[in-house]
Amino acid sequence: MRERGRSGARLLVVDDNKVNRLLLKRNLELMGHDAALAENGRAALEMLRRETFDLLLLDIEMPEMDGFQVLEQIRNDLQLRDLPVIVTSTLEGVDNIVRCIELGAEDYLQKPVNPALLKARIGASLEKKRLRDQQKELVRRFATPEVAQELQQSGFALGGKRVRGTVMFSDIRDFTPLAEVQAPEDTIELLNTYYTLMFNAISGHGGIVSEIAGDGLMAVFGAPLPLPDHCDAAVRTALEMIEMIDLFNVDQVAAGKAPIRIGIGIASGEMVAGYTGTNDRATYTCIGDTVNVAARLEAHTKVAGRAILIDGATRAGLRESIQLEGLGPVTIRGKAQPVDVFSVK
Amino acid sequence: MADSTIDRATFEDLKATAGADFVHELVETFLSEAPEMLKDLRAAVAANDADRFRRAAHSLKSNSNTFGALALGTLARTLELQGLNPVREAGGAPLEALELEYARVAAALTELKRA
Repeated sequence: MRERGRSGARLLVVDDNKVNRLLLKRNLELMGHDAALAENGRAALEMLRRETFDLLLLDIEMPEMDGFQVLEQIRNDLQLRDLPVIVTSTLEGVDNIVRCIELGAEDYLQKPVNPALLKARIGASLEKKRLRDQQKELVRRFATPEVAQELQQSGFALGGKRVRGTVMFSDIRDFTPLAEVQAPEDTIELLNTYYTLMFNAISGHGGIVSEIAGDGLMAVFGAPLPLPDHCDAAVRTALEMIEMIDLFNVDQVAAGKAPIRIGIGIASGEMVAGYTGTNDRATYTCIGDTVNVAARLEAHTKVAGRAILIDGATRAGLRESIQLEGLGPVTIRGKAQPVDVFSVK
Repeated sequence: MADSTIDRATFEDLKATAGADFVHELVETFLSEAPEMLKDLRAAVAANDADRFRRAAHSLKSNSNTFGALALGTLARTLELQGLNPVREAGGAPLEALELEYARVAAALTELKRA
């Protein structure tokens, strides 16, 4: 008996032809994978809904339920939609291959399948699945359960919808010189701790982190799920973030390391929220004027010498009493009208 | 001779990647399944069932190519692409040619298996 290799995956082979089934199973086992067999689409779907598989190798020409119908069912099934499918067939006509891809198949291999090619395609598919699983795990970890579930259910359709919400930008002050004087390992560790603290504060108040780049991050309150008090939530988050950084700095200084400072910009209003990117790699983000204002305010914290700056719309939306200091109208790039800016104490 | 019916390079490749013992078993599976496909083609013509005809021809084509039975694969592919009407019009002649080629393939594969 051959043992499952370290990288061994569990695959389902669907083919109505016995010779094809046995040969594919043999090839997969020689690669260290575990293969289960189904004779037609209907049997395959039953197995997919009963057991867990990492990948599906699907024939198209089959009685009972053909491969096209299987692809359609998988695409409409929330539990199965992320399962990678490689079509192995001797289909005649490019239009049939195109149809497979359009129905969500990840790859197409002509039969008789070349074992080396099969190995490479399966490896690539499993790697992509691993990354997708990782992204799902990130969403699960960094967003509230409600948001994660909404993301899961709404699927990853590209395109946006108009929402009212609050956007926050935050970054570490003087990060580049800091990164230059310390070891790269220390920088990575610092960023990981920083992000863990910030993500925790953001998701704790119902926000989601939509982008991180270097030492900066963008968070959204009010999308994808509406948040009635998105202005308060964002400002409360900012205050908690500053508090967390202060605590973090106590440790930094105790360890003989440099303390860090952050700047936060917050703006509220209408924006377009949704997935941007391609079907393979998309991020949930928001675009629009509100986003630009928040980014500019974050940059303005350096000029103003304040840690947290919010716009007039955020101030108007606050329900709780939060101590603010008016800094007057500020002209920011990309806006014709000056923006009323307030500093949060 | 086996060489004209079965492409030896394809067959040897198959043995090299899947293992000789396994390929022997696979040949036996094919020899027990293929007559059913041939019967299916006849039955599909009799019942005027185009889907069944296409599927049987498709299966036979696929397996023929696996073992390097290139002539049989080409005949099966022609049937798959043209459908059952030309077969009906020709009074079943293309099926006879297919069955004849299959008999050669079966003999050649049996011989290769013994070698």
